[in-house]
Amino acid sequence: MARAFVMEFERPIAELEDKLAALKRLDVSGEPELAAEIDALQVAIIKLRDTLYSSLSAWERVQVSRHPERPKTQDYIETLFTDVIELRGDRAFGDDEAMFAGLGTLDGRRVAILGHRKGKGTKENIRRNFGMPQPEGFRKARRIMQLAGRFGIPLVTFLDTQGAYPGIGSEERGVAWAIAECLATLTRLPVPVVCVGIGEGGSGGALAIGVGDRLIMLQNAYYSVITPEACSSILFKDPSRACEVAPALTMTAEDLVRLGLADEIVPEPPGGAHRDPASVLIAVREAVVRSLGDLEGQSRDEIVARRYARLRAVGVHTEGGV
Amino acid sequence: MPISDWFQAREERTYIPVDSQRSAADLPDGVWVKCEGCKKTIYQRDFEANLDVCPGCGKHADIDAPTRVLLLADAGTFAETEADITSADPLRWTSGKPYATQLETAKAKTGLTEGIITGRAAIGGHPVVLGAMDFRFIGASMGSAVGEKITRAFELALAERRPLVLVTASGGARMQEGVLSLMQMAKTSAAAARLAEAGIPYVSILTNPTSGGVTASFAVLADVILAEPGALIMFTGPRVIEQTIRQSLPKGFQTAEFLVEHGFIDAVVDRRELRDRVSLLLDYLNPGGE
Repeated sequence: MARAFVMEFERPIAELEDKLAALKRLDVSGEPELAAEIDALQVAIIKLRDTLYSSLSAWERVQVSRHPERPKTQDYIETLFTDVIELRGDRAFGDDEAMFAGLGTLDGRRVAILGHRKGKGTKENIRRNFGMPQPEGFRKARRIMQLAGRFGIPLVTFLDTQGAYPGIGSEERGVAWAIAECLATLTRLPVPVVCVGIGEGGSGGALAIGVGDRLIMLQNAYYSVITPEACSSILFKDPSRACEVAPALTMTAEDLVRLGLADEIVPEPPGGAHRDPASVLIAVREAVVRSLGDLEGQSRDEIVARRYARLRAVGVHTEGGV
Repeated sequence: MPISDWFQAREERTYIPVDSQRSAADLPDGVWVKCEGCKKTIYQRDFEANLDVCPGCGKHADIDAPTRVLLLADAGTFAETEADITSADPLRWTSGKPYATQLETAKAKTGLTEGIITGRAAIGGHPVVLGAMDFRFIGASMGSAVGEKITRAFELALAERRPLVLVTASGGARMQEGVLSLMQMAKTSAAAARLAEAGIPYVSILTNPTSGGVTASFAVLADVILAEPGALIMFTGPRVIEQTIRQSLPKGFQTAEFLVEHGFIDAVVDRRELRDRVSLLLDYLNPGGE
């Protein structure tokens, strides 16, 4: 039987599930013991999953954040918004499908939308470069930020990328410039900005659309200066020690709240968001609507000044020998 | 140690003798240096008089921040600011080498408190705020303290309406402070954008090497971007790109010359002409167009 993608730490669950599937193929009529065993197995699976997910390590959360069946930016756009209009192209080089940009209506509010766009399945993923934008993606994003600022439209962004694509073309077309210009624009944008970490938040590529007035993180989403694999490669010349460095990188939703960088965590069901996408999508919708409501009624100057103060408070250093 | 001592130390610094295995015994310590470009031996005094540029091949050797300040600022004008800002170890990082130990080592090695020095100075008579990163200090990577010093340099330039000149050299965001380092990219970019809104000029000088989160934030948000010859300037390092695309990179990829050709920097400027070029630029760019 072809089995869905199994994360390493869920292997014990998968084994029980295989056993359950095998039992279910048998004829249980007149076999009360077999039926009882099936019931017991089902309970055991739920219990085991609850136990595992009650204390996930940082590295396990990274795996959940990358699960191929996890709800993607496209799912959020289709479910949360109505009257969506996609806006394409950077007006300079091309259109990057790894970055979604557009307008939509959320609970009666007109908003601008940006999001890293991973694909579903290989074909779509290749077209969308596995959600890793190139310079034109960031330039398109910046164009939509500026549009939102000009017309006073709040901005909602969805973060889900391992990072900007590391290729020759990216460097040739100035990916660093494209990201920096996004940051300069986003940090001074005179409209409310709500960011949602839905999966991966890898480095500068995530940050380029990930700075705002509110940061909402899904429970198993991460936001990090570097992927654990790359960090492990640098430290140990070996990417396989990612599990060791993941906790040190302080990248989980909980870490971000503790550091004062994220405002709110949207809980995920045991097994991750893909086990019950509907409930997660509803919870994210509520959180975004609430955040937008909280940010209403400020002048453009107030919005910019508050965001600067928020950023200004980020970081821990010592001064004057203290 | 105060920064003035550093300038003293510069006079006394020693170099590893060339080809130490064979000829070390024949040469007095610190008299010769070897050019990393053409491998020729150069009289240390000639090399320093030439601002650490090889008189033969023109290769620009990496220089530290105090030296950089010396050769950019008008003599005696540099007054350091925020010298007491230094890194904490907020995440108590112990992966690989403990961060606390790395900080101690870097401080002892460089005599600096962080990967950047900032201050008020004059360049060709123009009052400026000047900052220079020092790659010897944990690769001048940007953690909270570096991010804070850069942000304050932008804020000082804004408050005093002085042009800002920043010389970059950095490995990028400082891994050992995790996501706090990533956020310094946003913080410094916000400060840069705010200075631009006020019409205060900002000139950045990219030197070897400038990479990652520093390239992708304040370093390239300047009104005018200059770079030194041969400097490597990038977002992603060449090794990572090669591993991703599984092919070798074109010659000269990610050099200052490559970037000027692709339209991302204004000019490649020889170190020996840098002060004059910045001074001339500041003749044109007046704060607030005054």
